Amino acid sequence: MTPLLFFAQRLSAAILAFAVAVHLATILYAVRGGLTAGEILGRTHGNLGFFAFYALFVVAVAVHAPIGLRNVIREWTPWRGATLDAALAIFALGLLVLGLRAVFAVYAA
Amino acid sequence: MMRASHTQPGFLAALLHRLSGIALAIFLPLHFLALATALDGAAAFDSFLAATNTPFVKLTEGALVVALAMHMSLGLRVLAIEFLNIRERTVAVLSGCAAAVFAVGLAFLLNAG
Amino acid sequence: MAKDETNLHVDVWRGTDTGAFQAFDVPRRLNQTVLDVVTEIQRDQDPTLSYRFACRVGMCGSCAMVVNGRPRWTCRTRVSEVAGPDGALRLEPLRNFTVVKDLAVEMTRFFDKWEKAHGYFEPGARAGQDFAVVPPATAERRAADAAIECIGCGICYSACDVVAWDKDYLGPAALNRAWTLVNDVRDAGDEARLAAVSGDSGCQACHTHMSCTSFCPKALAPTYSIAGLKRAMFWHALKGVR
Repeated sequence: MTPLLFFAQRLSAAILAFAVAVHLATILYAVRGGLTAGEILGRTHGNLGFFAFYALFVVAVAVHAPIGLRNVIREWTPWRGATLDAALAIFALGLLVLGLRAVFAVYAA
Repeated sequence: MMRASHTQPGFLAALLHRLSGIALAIFLPLHFLALATALDGAAAFDSFLAATNTPFVKLTEGALVVALAMHMSLGLRVLAIEFLNIRERTVAVLSGCAAAVFAVGLAFLLNAG
Repeated sequence: MAKDETNLHVDVWRGTDTGAFQAFDVPRRLNQTVLDVVTEIQRDQDPTLSYRFACRVGMCGSCAMVVNGRPRWTCRTRVSEVAGPDGALRLEPLRNFTVVKDLAVEMTRFFDKWEKAHGYFEPGARAGQDFAVVPPATAERRAADAAIECIGCGICYSACDVVAWDKDYLGPAALNRAWTLVNDVRDAGDEARLAAVSGDSGCQACHTHMSCTSFCPKALAPTYSIAGLKRAMFWHALKGVR
């Protein structure tokens, strides 16, 4: 990894450590007695704090996951170089778009 | 005969970290797509949730929750070694990580039932 | 396999990167080391066997090879430690090196990486003007001293999974040496050295498997030296951005 990718990876990891802890706690609390759309949307709809938190979560994930996959693919398969980087950039963009779309979906529903 | 480097606890930690990361990376786009069904309204989201309320799906979700907790705790191990210069006793640290992960997984399965 | 208290059954790699194991029976002897076993095979049973050793007392690292799956110094490995009651021993050349013949490997690439990582002292323009005062108790000197005893035996490099997965990875020994020089206050080459140890095959590729630290016969800890390099790069980059 270049230094830049390495730091982006570690920085996003630090952000995710906090975000994942919150997310796990929320999941464990929320799934009690089953899960319905109404319950989820009741919490997320119009909730700006929620929106900001999960938007940041999505950005951190969109940075963290592709860089991690880059290491795995470079080390465990013969694929490397510019084509791999391009493919992972597209994956990152995809995660960003799908993620923000999902966050918006439960905010605005 | 398994090579000695593969019997090291640090290798197991890195391997689990890597495999759980791959699983999460594959799962995430599906998760985002699932949540976005709410764009079609609460009813669409509800019917999606109802459709996926099967034991198989619940088990997969439990596995993913475990993968998330595992990836995070082993990631914290990496951050501690790299940035806090902590001289770890790997086996003890790994046992702690495993305990945390199982606690989370158990909590999920108990609550989601 | 049946218990055998009289003989060792030794499978020895013959050939280059391709080849096969050849079986030998060697009598068990008191206080035998694995080096004793290899030497006995070569002198008494098969003079065509190739292997390396020099000091035979655990100082030079020349006798390093893989014994029952683990890289070790054969002169410092007692047979009683590694051969079970069945007397089975398996000897292979160090992994991650090109095999020259049998148990001897080609070390050139290992030392080339040492050079690539700038694992050498850069005196700089002010060298020779005066003595450098380096108190041994300073943090940098203690960090350098903790990692300085490496004799380049190649065991860490052989044990490293990332070296196996990425042929360009500089490896624990080269990076460990680079770390000692980063901590050497007399050295003037840090700018170039930190650039040399980063990149796709640099210190960031270490995934803390820690086999290097487990197996180093001198009880060094390349994992922590590499972690130090990661931190050094971080602060260096931060200062550069400012």
